[in-house]
Amino acid sequence: MSGQSAAALRKQPAAPPLVKRVFSWGRYPKTAHQHVHKPAWNDQVPEILQSAAPGSLLPYGLGRSYGDSCLNGGRELIDCHRLNRILGFDESTGMLRCEGGVSLADIINVFLPKGWFLPVTPGTRFVTVGGAIANDVHGKNHHCAGTFGAHVRQIGLHRSNDGLVVCSTQENPDMLRATVGGLGLTGVIAWADIQLKRVAGPWIDVEVIPFHSLNSFLDLSRESDGRFEYTVAWLDCFAGKNLRGIFFRGNHAVEAGGKVQPKRGPKLPFALPGWMLNRYSVKAFNAAYYRIHAARKGAAVVPYDSFFYPLDSVRQWNLLYGRQGFLQYQCVIPETKLDAFGELLDRIAISGMGSFLGVLKQFGSAPSAGMLSFPRPGLTIALDFAMRGERTLKLMQSLDDIVQQSGGALYPAKDARMSPAMFEASFPHWRSFVPYIDPKMSSSFWRRVTGGA
Amino acid sequence: MTITDNSNTTRPSATVLPAMKKVVILGATSGIAQDVQRQLAYRGCELLLVARSSQRLAELQADLAIRGARKVVTYSANLSSIQQHAAILDFARHSFPGYDTVLLAYGSMHDQKDAESSIDVLLEELQVNFVSATAILTLFAGDLERRQNGCIAAITSVAGDRGRRSNYVYGSAKGALSLFLQGLRSRLHPAGVRVITIKPGPVQTAMTDHLPNSSRFADPELVAGDIVRALERRSPDVLYTPKVWRYVMSVVRHIPEDVFKRLSF
Repeated sequence: MSGQSAAALRKQPAAPPLVKRVFSWGRYPKTAHQHVHKPAWNDQVPEILQSAAPGSLLPYGLGRSYGDSCLNGGRELIDCHRLNRILGFDESTGMLRCEGGVSLADIINVFLPKGWFLPVTPGTRFVTVGGAIANDVHGKNHHCAGTFGAHVRQIGLHRSNDGLVVCSTQENPDMLRATVGGLGLTGVIAWADIQLKRVAGPWIDVEVIPFHSLNSFLDLSRESDGRFEYTVAWLDCFAGKNLRGIFFRGNHAVEAGGKVQPKRGPKLPFALPGWMLNRYSVKAFNAAYYRIHAARKGAAVVPYDSFFYPLDSVRQWNLLYGRQGFLQYQCVIPETKLDAFGELLDRIAISGMGSFLGVLKQFGSAPSAGMLSFPRPGLTIALDFAMRGERTLKLMQSLDDIVQQSGGALYPAKDARMSPAMFEASFPHWRSFVPYIDPKMSSSFWRRVTGGA
Repeated sequence: MTITDNSNTTRPSATVLPAMKKVVILGATSGIAQDVQRQLAYRGCELLLVARSSQRLAELQADLAIRGARKVVTYSANLSSIQQHAAILDFARHSFPGYDTVLLAYGSMHDQKDAESSIDVLLEELQVNFVSATAILTLFAGDLERRQNGCIAAITSVAGDRGRRSNYVYGSAKGALSLFLQGLRSRLHPAGVRVITIKPGPVQTAMTDHLPNSSRFADPELVAGDIVRALERRSPDVLYTPKVWRYVMSVVRHIPEDVFKRLSF
């Protein structure tokens, strides 16, 4: 560059610096943002919405979405974690009103000692209520409780064009259905009313059962559905033809039992070198995991945190996958297409790129509460893949083909790379959601899969 | 001014020392204060929250009552306005009788450059962080001194330990407040009233969001934990939080002025 043009460049007003340190849980993609708003009070949100350019904003909670659905590359985020107040609680009915940035961990800490628990919880308690609604998350009790959104009675939603909109099944029911599973695109959740459930105490009666085929998993799952509130399985995706897994099923213990003090476990201080996770180390981990749990088969009483949130005990476990981060692949495949499911597992086993903690769950038949909710009847599996560039993306692309042909779907909260065609196949009715998007909102994910509709 | 009374419900079993049952928080809507209040609520304390916005106070009141505070009383006032101070003390004495701890947690941090170019901004910074703070603490000190017990704690800043190019206006107000507290501690010592100077390093709150690298600042929850522990115990007189700042500042204080004036931080 010549000296003159460099001088000319210097005279131009400097572009605002990009705020770099905002990641999703997968730490991929690595996008920079123009600005991160951090409102401390709900009364500050309208002004942020008013003064923003169209399509420039996205609410952000605790960043536990794996891909880019919680990112807004090159634009702005509204970090909602300070909107974390509990606004009301009815001790007789268990109806909770809280702000959108309250974490599920916080709700458990305050209400479990009073005998109330979350109606639905995902595999981590470090998500916000707003995030749980926006992704219409599911848990191990999907077959009897449906998704998180099924327990949301009312939402107060900041909209840039019409202020605070109250949505319930009576008032603005369509906006409620759009906001549940709406990926934050319909506005900022100011507060929500959530129906908590009564429990005797913090303990879970759990049964652990090893299995060796998809059919035996399905038999176990069907047999357990009526008797167990929570079911989930872990699958060794390296085992290939010799499929093996561990089935977990549980109920809240009927005895109150002693108190549980969730352990503050170790924390990964920095990203591990990428080579440490390879097919041999992961294979060894999976074999060990299988043996440990198979040896513990049978019934036991365990604290809620080790049953629901085993991964929460290692803080920042996502750093395990190294600096390049990782991708999660979660799809659902109809039960009538078991062959496709087998093909999917084969392809992962052959690739040698699968990782530990493949999670398998049979969804129930209850329709999901949101327009863009992911859960639907079928078998869902979630797998982590360390990001190794093109070959990782190619493998996932080939998995997409299997899922698409079987009439299945991918989960936006876990996704960082699905094609627009795959999104269309997963959510054929997405265009009817578009009118509910707040004109000031957009996200990296949404622009990628719809071209910014 | 509304009152939520939870005194009939059962508490979590956390123990409350006799010296910290009824806490007055001046600046209850500030970032650090909110986390302190939550931890006090969990311990079953009674709280009087003073801040400007009655709507925000109502939100805090609901939150803290559900989180376990035995009782939450609110009073809406502009703390930087000294004319309103007498009414605040009056309210505390009559509607929150027998309070034993006062925590001053409000402050303001303007952009240093603005305070250099505008005398109005400069004076406001001193008024909020120093003048009004000493005024209201003097009122409460008189009351506690008469009653011969209690504790006064105020949040100043490590920025007050040495005047720096990048924030000496804020720093000088906080430093002056630290000096004031030092004298007040000595005055109240014979009366058995404890005075704690709280010096946080940079903390991630709304007040510091505009500063560079604010994402690396301390977590307010950890800072609040240190503050609550200091309130519960008999020491220290001066709390640095996070603790590393005690050592950092003892180095910073000892850099010769001739060197220090050349440093741009």
